[in-house]
Amino acid sequence: MAETSYLEAVRQALFEEMDRDPAVVLLGEDVGVYGGAFKASVGLLGRFGWERVIDTPISESAIVGAAIGMSYAGLRPVAEMQFIDFIACCFNQITNVAAKSHYLWGAPAPMVLRGPCGGGVHGGPFHSANPEMYFVHTPGLKVVCPATPYDAKGLLKSAIRDNNPVLFFEHKFLYRRIREDLPKEDFTVPIGKAAVRREGRDLTIVSYAAMLHTSLEAAAQLEKEGIEAEVIDLRTLLPLDRETILASVRKTNKLLVVHEDTRTGGIAGEIAAIVTESAFEDLDGPIRRVTSLDTPVPYAPSLENYFLPSAAKVVAAARELAHY
Amino acid sequence: MVSALTREQHLELYYFMRLNRELEEQMVRLFRQNKIVGGLYSSLGQEAISVGAAYALGPGDWIAPMIRNIGALLVRGFKLRDILTQHMARYASPTMGKDGTSHFGDLKSRHVVSPISMLGDMIPVMTGIAMAGRYLGQKIVAMTWIGDGGTSTGVFHEGLNFAAVQKAPFVLIVENNGWAYSTPVERQSLLVDLADRARAYGIESAIVDGNDVVAVERATREAIAHARAGRGPVLIEAKTMRMRGHAQHDAAEYVSREMLALWKQCDPLDRYEKYLDEHMLWDAKTKKEIDARIAREIQADVEFAENSPFPPPELAERGVYCDGCHTIEAVWKRPREEVMPPQSSVKPEWPKARATKQSAARQTAAKKTAKPKPAKKSGTARRRGKSGRP
Repeated sequence: MAETSYLEAVRQALFEEMDRDPAVVLLGEDVGVYGGAFKASVGLLGRFGWERVIDTPISESAIVGAAIGMSYAGLRPVAEMQFIDFIACCFNQITNVAAKSHYLWGAPAPMVLRGPCGGGVHGGPFHSANPEMYFVHTPGLKVVCPATPYDAKGLLKSAIRDNNPVLFFEHKFLYRRIREDLPKEDFTVPIGKAAVRREGRDLTIVSYAAMLHTSLEAAAQLEKEGIEAEVIDLRTLLPLDRETILASVRKTNKLLVVHEDTRTGGIAGEIAAIVTESAFEDLDGPIRRVTSLDTPVPYAPSLENYFLPSAAKVVAAARELAHY
Repeated sequence: MVSALTREQHLELYYFMRLNRELEEQMVRLFRQNKIVGGLYSSLGQEAISVGAAYALGPGDWIAPMIRNIGALLVRGFKLRDILTQHMARYASPTMGKDGTSHFGDLKSRHVVSPISMLGDMIPVMTGIAMAGRYLGQKIVAMTWIGDGGTSTGVFHEGLNFAAVQKAPFVLIVENNGWAYSTPVERQSLLVDLADRARAYGIESAIVDGNDVVAVERATREAIAHARAGRGPVLIEAKTMRMRGHAQHDAAEYVSREMLALWKQCDPLDRYEKYLDEHMLWDAKTKKEIDARIAREIQADVEFAENSPFPPPELAERGVYCDGCHTIEAVWKRPREEVMPPQSSVKPEWPKARATKQSAARQTAAKKTAKPKPAKKSGTARRRGKSGRP
């Protein structure tokens, strides 16, 4: 028995970092006795005690505010949003207190705000959001969106050790669906570095989080049609790994961006701007995007499936682009 | 009541209050000369609250001042030139020109957290510092101020409630100056005493005459002792009056001149001078010496600020992230083993006895719901002083 789920990878990262460094504490709603709504913190209270695993009132602004205060005092708090949708309740703490403090008055805020994001589990409009772009638009934050158990563990460790506020979006569709053998020894994955998940020469598909797996599924189908797609996993949205994107586009000359976030103002727009600014001459076709619709996340499976990108939608867009 | 402060401490309180006032008057002149880059907020008539409350803290304690707490920054050891260059957006300012007003801090030595303009947000931040201090065994207290208007925010409630359930060593000074910009306190809350908000969180509170620096210092010192002893946060309502507009641009025509005239008779500096006279803590010569020292200090630092350059433009793109420029270090005042396994390990269950007790209390309360009674006013920190309102 070796294979580790994405959720277990998150739990292991928390466990190992708390074991390594007494400055690491965890706070959030139901994270202690209950072990977290998704059980990401099961066993932590028993091992690390009431002072380090703190069940809070339902007060997202207080959770994040307190985490910021703890980080000013030299701790490395990890705050959990029970669902990442609830991050809207503490927007001010994140964008005006945490994000600006190093720039304005030289105060680093080494804290992590983590929680389950994303759709595909029929959670409805308030339990399925992908709010990453609100924060990608906020200088001073780092925004991490892992797609694999290895990255979930390695990036969460990096986030905890980082001197800046890091928003860590765990895709709940992946929590129990993907498994991976993880190294026994301590490892980290650097924040700000994308990964090439599949090499190809005909077009580049840039994606992240759950949509990485959708993109890989599409790439496997495209291969049967003789189209070789290169698939890039962004892993971090802020800071964005421009070099890896540009290097791939210079090789394949075509770019498709796939994300589960809604279309307008999604990261695809920013990537398209970067590529046209820096690699316009290398493009042999229009930059395409496959995204969710510009609507709230609907509840009924038929509606949500229509709303979300799918491998079929990615294949169709990639095929058209490859033949452009 | 006789103050526990020494003569030197009494004189120091005068020094800081007078310095607070003279510095702000000087900044009004600079504002009129267009040398203050942005807005200028006045704490005229509220100096006793900034100075008295900050003076009660120990060196290891933490504050987050608000916009009318320049006096607290002075008490915590910031220099006049820090405040002047900050308002004048100079490179030598604590934020190198990146922010203005009293928005600056110092994590390492003065333990001052820079506030943000949105109100209430420092309450959970300082709660976090209080919790961290307790966790690290530092025995510190964290304190911040909030205006009457700021008590209407959601984060005020979230923060204070969290501080309460955590029994965090946290003190909140509610600086009730009667006005939130142009809106009177009666339109913020139906409460006659904003101190009553404390009841909603099950914490102690006190009301103090905000124009009496000795009373503010004493009430804060008691609140700090209570919080430091692990008995939970304390809310102090300091009643006062905003004697100028919201900021320099605001003539505050919505405030009656009669009310201002009444409050002028309660000026905290005039009153404190009289107090020092009555208690024979100084003489005319001492006052003259302190005032002359203040005039000298202000003149020197105004010169310094006026001769300071603005920041180089390209600084605008530097410093968004900490790329190892700072070292994060918690100051441990207890053995770390206590918070590491196996010592830290517990049975991950809610204590049964406590749950039963609370449940019984709820049942008893439910039976008595016919006539809701106001909560009992008890506890050492809760004291109803004279309101200070004329």
